[in-house]
Amino acid sequence: MAFGARKPAGGPGGRGKAAAAGDKAGGQRRGLFRRRKVCKFCADRIDDINYKDVKLLSGFVPERGKVLPRRISGTCAKHQRSLRVAILRARQLALLPYASD
Amino acid sequence: MSARTYELIYILKPEANEQEVADLQAQIEAVIQRLGGTLEKTEAWGRRRLAYEIGKHKEGFYVLHVISGSGELMKEIDRRLRVIDGILRHLVVRVDERQQVAERARTKRMEESRRRRVARGLPPERQPGEGPQHDNDDDGDQSYDGVDVEV
Repeated sequence: MAFGARKPAGGPGGRGKAAAAGDKAGGQRRGLFRRRKVCKFCADRIDDINYKDVKLLSGFVPERGKVLPRRISGTCAKHQRSLRVAILRARQLALLPYASD
Repeated sequence: MSARTYELIYILKPEANEQEVADLQAQIEAVIQRLGGTLEKTEAWGRRRLAYEIGKHKEGFYVLHVISGSGELMKEIDRRLRVIDGILRHLVVRVDERQQVAERARTKRMEESRRRRVARGLPPERQPGEGPQHDNDDDGDQSYDGVDVEV
């Protein structure tokens, strides 16, 4: 977690995005500091994860066809659960692969 | 009994012609009518590549219906679709509950944002030109970059 590098929360710069942009400008994104992962569905306010939205779901299905784990995507527990269901349904309809390669 | 909303998607063989698609749809509509449901929306996605082969097929013809009606109706439709040869896959999903939850979450968020804005002495609605000016650092690349850090 890169908390030490960040402005205190609630400061004039605001949260998340501003801090992430700062990291990039500093050129030290890899290594010492790591961008804080934010749940995409919380950030974009997607309440209903739809199994028909292949474009959205395929971002969470890596090459092999498995579901991208939370520790990598940063998705919150609530959304990961509904994401999983959506992916399962999309697989049934051959919108996403069960396994590839 | 309260009406429920379902989504029905089925995949036909890619070589299905318009006549077959229309026939099947008429058949489904007849069932819906007989068991007192309504067909709310029909969307033909057309031919799409399948993510994996089903049988020998690499493509399929997708059709989506939004139906409101009873569980018995969907059971009957499900049973019928199972026996039709031209269908590679079908899926029935109940959607009304999820939609309600999403709707509630949205209203709650809006109310919360209004309340906070008023508490800060701002007008409850966002003014034009206000808010984040979209310099989003996230490039949408969700691929795993090989470094795993415990948070």
